Amino acid sequence: MKIIKIFLIIFLSVGFSQLKAGEKNDRLKNKILKNIRCLICQGQSVYDSESDFASSIKLIVDKKINEGSSKEQIFEFLKEKYGNWIIYDPELNKNTYILWLLPLLLFLFGGAIIYKTLIIKKN
Amino acid sequence: MKNKINIFILFIILSFCFITFYKGLDDSNTYIPEISDKKNIPIFKAKDFNSGADVNSETFFSEDVFYIVNIWASWCVPCIKEHPFLMQLSKEQSAKLIGLNYRDNLSNAKKFINEFGNPYSQILIDRDGALGVEFGAYGVPETFIIDKNKKIIKKFVGPINKEILQKIKLIIK
Repeated sequence: MKIIKIFLIIFLSVGFSQLKAGEKNDRLKNKILKNIRCLICQGQSVYDSESDFASSIKLIVDKKINEGSSKEQIFEFLKEKYGNWIIYDPELNKNTYILWLLPLLLFLFGGAIIYKTLIIKKN
Repeated sequence: MKNKINIFILFIILSFCFITFYKGLDDSNTYIPEISDKKNIPIFKAKDFNSGADVNSETFFSEDVFYIVNIWASWCVPCIKEHPFLMQLSKEQSAKLIGLNYRDNLSNAKKFINEFGNPYSQILIDRDGALGVEFGAYGVPETFIIDKNKKIIKKFVGPINKEILQKIKLIIK
């Protein structure tokens, strides 16, 4: 009876940890797929798309996660194959400086206008 | 004076927005990945279409010729359109034409080859599209040219036509 109990505990704990790992992988996979642009239906992410291309990418991402690749490694792989555009989050480089800095500049510009207006009104 | 400056700044901003959006109207909405640098051949394992034997990328591209990798499928209508051009291309001695059968039913693919002819030296099977992704393809038909240094030097998206055929012939000359 004792042996059965020990066996049952080991069996459940192994099963539970595998389930946890599977869940973690699924979460990572979904996170990655939501950040990859489908090149066939270009308004959708690979996660949302049902195209042949999207299902191939889903398979590749799944395979790479199971092989132990990180999110960054998978994005790098896809960028090498299809260019930066395949990733929704653009990285900061010489082509995307304006994209990243313009909102900040506009924010500062707007803030300066508001500040100046308020100061003038106060005075 | 201050009002004039404000109007001028507003005018500049609006003009900038107008020019940006107006130029955007002419831009194509579809993104086609370009090959800017020479890329290495992907490392892959695949099955041969006829024999079912394992094929390894490291030994596959061993000859001192250009390789033209054409991605095709029997369900792909533009592939039928480009097939006569592939038949012409198969006569070129300086290049080996390799077919990559993409997400296809094997018997349908064999029927396709029997009906329209086989321009390929060898055909590889890409049942789940993973091999296509390794090449950087995202649809069918697509054609890749691999030079004698075993680098992918050119990619053609869409069916081969007269113009593309001439371009390919020039490259592999």
